[in-house]
Amino acid sequence: MTARFEMERLEADVAIVGGGIVGGSAALFLTRMGFKVALLERDWCGAKASGVNYGGVRRQGRPPEQLPLSQRSHAIWGRLPELVGIDGEYVRSGHLKLARNEADLASLVAYNKKVETFGLGLEIIAGEAFRARYPALGDRAVGGSLCPEDGHANPRLVSPAFARAAAKAGAVVREQTAVDHVERTGNGFLLRCTSVGGDALEVRSRILLNCSGAWSGRLAESFGEPVPLSSAHPCMAVTEPLPRFLDVNIGVEGGGVYGRQVERGNVVVGGGRGFALDADRARPARNAVLTLMGEAVDLFPQLRHAHVIRTWTGVEGYTPDRNPIIGPSATTPGLFHAFGFSGAGFQIGPAVGEALAELVRDGHSSAPLDTFSITRFAKADPALSVAAPAGH
Amino acid sequence: MTDTPVHPPIIVGAGPAGVRTAETLVAAGLRPLVIDEAARWGGQIYRQPPEGFHRPKRALYGFEAGKADALHRAMAGILPAVDYRPRSLVWNIESGALDVTPNDGLKGGRSETVPFSHLILAPGATDRVLPFPGWTTPGVFTLGGSQVALKFQGCAVGSRVLFLGTGPLLYLVAYQYAKAGATVAGVLDTSGFADHARAVPGMLRDPGTFAKGVYYVGWLRAHGVPVHSGVRPVRVEGDGRVEALVWRRNGAEQRTVCDAVAFGLGLRPETQLADLAGCRFRFDAMDRAWVPERSAAGRTSVAGVYVAGDGAGIAGADAAEMAGERAALALLEDLGRPVDSARATLLEQKLAASARFRRALTDAFPFPADWAASVPDDTPVCRCEEVSAGTLRKAARDGEAAEINRLKALTRVGMGRCQGRMCGAASAELLAQALGTGPDAVGRLRSQPPVKPLPFSAGILDEEKAS
Repeated sequence: MTARFEMERLEADVAIVGGGIVGGSAALFLTRMGFKVALLERDWCGAKASGVNYGGVRRQGRPPEQLPLSQRSHAIWGRLPELVGIDGEYVRSGHLKLARNEADLASLVAYNKKVETFGLGLEIIAGEAFRARYPALGDRAVGGSLCPEDGHANPRLVSPAFARAAAKAGAVVREQTAVDHVERTGNGFLLRCTSVGGDALEVRSRILLNCSGAWSGRLAESFGEPVPLSSAHPCMAVTEPLPRFLDVNIGVEGGGVYGRQVERGNVVVGGGRGFALDADRARPARNAVLTLMGEAVDLFPQLRHAHVIRTWTGVEGYTPDRNPIIGPSATTPGLFHAFGFSGAGFQIGPAVGEALAELVRDGHSSAPLDTFSITRFAKADPALSVAAPAGH
Repeated sequence: MTDTPVHPPIIVGAGPAGVRTAETLVAAGLRPLVIDEAARWGGQIYRQPPEGFHRPKRALYGFEAGKADALHRAMAGILPAVDYRPRSLVWNIESGALDVTPNDGLKGGRSETVPFSHLILAPGATDRVLPFPGWTTPGVFTLGGSQVALKFQGCAVGSRVLFLGTGPLLYLVAYQYAKAGATVAGVLDTSGFADHARAVPGMLRDPGTFAKGVYYVGWLRAHGVPVHSGVRPVRVEGDGRVEALVWRRNGAEQRTVCDAVAFGLGLRPETQLADLAGCRFRFDAMDRAWVPERSAAGRTSVAGVYVAGDGAGIAGADAAEMAGERAALALLEDLGRPVDSARATLLEQKLAASARFRRALTDAFPFPADWAASVPDDTPVCRCEEVSAGTLRKAARDGEAAEINRLKALTRVGMGRCQGRMCGAASAELLAQALGTGPDAVGRLRSQPPVKPLPFSAGILDEEKAS
C-alpha cells in the first residue's frame, strides 16, 4: 500500500520545539517583537506538564537565584487577560507556607531574611495571631509565612492560551506535530517533522528554541550537550465542590502535601509521585494517592467526609540541582534551551519566554540567567542516572 | 503451564456474567474471589431487593423471573465455595493488583490492595444519557434508574410516569411500572415504525425475545397507554419538579402531563477498569463507544485479563451469562486445565448468534442520529461541572478542541463526580457533530483512578503519623 503524504515547507526566524507555557510565551513575545515564529508541538499546546500541574502561582520558596525572573513573571501574570485573552482563573489569593513545628518556623524566618531584598512582601505569622487569622487550619501548624500576592490559576486554561495568543498574533502553531530530526545547516536549522495524520513538514529557521520539557534532553544531546535530566510525576487529586473554607494557597515547609480551593469549591491537593506508563504518559500511584489523601485530611479536617473524584499526574523534567536550564547552547550558535523546571515552571514560565525572546533579539536578557547555564552540567557524566527527586 | 494459580481468580461484578463465571470456576475446583458493588448478587437486570423485602420474582422480573431465579440460585449454591465480597468498590487497577474499598457511600473505609494473576471483568453497563432541555429537572430519571427503583425497593419514580427513548428496555420497564400499579402516561419511542418493520426479519432470529417485545407493546396499548414512535423530546416543563413533557412528532408539538420522565437511549459499557488494566480498545460502531478488544472467548490484549457481559460491549443478559461461562473456560484453558471444548465452541456459536440478533435490535431501535445537531446550546450536558452543549460546540468550532480529552481539559466536561461515565457519550457525539466527523474519530476519554468517587477515609498516613 502506498500512501501519499503532503510535504510542506516553512521558513521562520525562530523555530520553537514544545508548546508548553515556556514555548508558548516565547512564541507570543517573539511574534509581538516582529519575528516570524514556527511553534511545533507533538501533543496539544499546554497539554503536558504545563497544563496538568497543580496550578500554584508561587514565588515564595524559590531559591534566590530564581527570584528576579519570578518577579518579572509576577508582573506578567498581573496582565494575563491583556496578554492571552482570558483570566485563566488566576487569583492572587496569597500563598501560605505552614510550619508544623518551631524548627520549620525558624527555617521560614531564615528564608524571609535571605530573600528580603527581592520585595516579595513576606509576612511571618505565628502563635495566637496565626490561629486568629486562619481558624480553618486549626492547630495544624505553629505558624506560617504568607506571600500575599502569590496565588493560583487553572493550568489547563492558562498554558494553552499562550500558544493560542501567539497564533492569533501571527505565529505558525502546529499541534500534533512531532519533530523527528533536527540538524544545523549553514545559516540555521532544519527540522523534519511529522503530523499525527502522517503529513511531513520541513521547517527552516535561523534560531532554534528547545522548550520541550521532560523531552528536552534528547535535543540537547543531539547537539553534543547531554544533561542529567530525569522525569518524575507529581501526584494530584481533586474533590467534589465543597463549602469554601480555604482562601489561600497552602504549602508546607519541608514538603509533603499542598492544597488550594478553587472558585467552584473543589479542593485540589498534591503530594507524592505517580509512575510512568511509558515515556510519554504517567498515572498516579495507589500508595501516593492513599498517602496524599491521609495527609490532606490530616491537614484539612474539612475533607474528612469528602471524596476524591479524580487523580492525575504528568511528566516533568527534573535537574539534579532543581534549577532549570535557561540560555544559549554552549555548542551551537542560534540554539537556546529552556527546560528542567523541576516541578516549578508554571509561575516562572511566562518570564522565561520573555527572556528567551530578549536573548533572540538582543543576544542577552535583562534578567540574570548565568546560574541556569547548561554548561554547569558539562562535567557531569551523562551515563549517571539521576534518581527521581522526592517531595515537593 | 501451571495448574494452580498463585492467587485465586478474581471476578469483578456479580451480575449474569460474573455469576456464571464464578459457577464455572467453582465447578472446576477453583475458589474465586467475587467482588461486587451491590449488597446482593444479580447485577442491575436481576437486582435483588434488600434483605427482608419479599416481593414475588414474577412481579419484580416479569417474563425474566425464571432466569433471575436461576441466576440467584446459582450464586446461592456456590456461596460456600467462593470468597464473596459484596458492597465493595474496585477503584483502581495497578501493577497486577486491584484496590478495593467498602462501597458505603460517604462512610467508606480503608482501601485494600488485592493482587491477582487472573482477572475477569464483568462490570456491566449504565444508561446512555443524551440530554434534552429540562432533563436535570427533579423527576427525570434514566430508564435503568427507574427500573432499579422498582426492583430494588419497590418504589416508582412518580405516580404518573412518561417513558421516553428507545430500545427493548423502554417497553419492558413501562410494562413493569404499569403492572406495579403506576400510571404510565405514555411510551414515546424515538425510533420510527419503519425502523421496527425493517428489523423484523433479523429480530425473528430470536423469536422468544421478539414475541415478548410484541406482547409488551400490545399489553400497553390494550391498557390504554398511548404509544408513539418517531418522537423527539422538546422540553420538560416544571419548576423544581416535572409537570409535563413537550414532545414533537411529524412536526407537531404535543404536551403530556406527568410527574416523572424515565428516559433511556440504550446502554453504555463500563470500561474504566479494563482501561486501567491496560487493555487495548477498539471503537464499536453499534455501541457507538470504545470497548476493550477481546477474542470470542473473552481474552483481552492483556494476558490473564478477561472481559464478559455488557461491560465488554452491549449484548444483554442472556449473552452475558454465556460470555461469563466462556471466559471462565478460557481462564481454565490458560491455567492448563482440561475443559469441555465442545461446550466452549457451542457457547461461541450462541454468542455469535446473539450478536446477530443484537444487530437487528440496533436496526429496530437506532441511535437518534439527529440528536447532536438538534440539542439546544443552553442544554446542560455535564451536570457535575455545569457544561452546556453550546460551550462544547464553541470549543470545537473555535478549533480549540479536536479531541475528547482536550475538550475535557478546556471545558471541564467529564471532570466531575461521574468522570464522564454519564456525559462522555453525549460529549463525544457533540464534538464529532461539530467537527463533521463520527464519534470514532474524536478519541477516547482516558481513565484515571478512582473509577468512582473515593472517600477520604480510604487514605492512609505514613506509619510515623498514624502512630
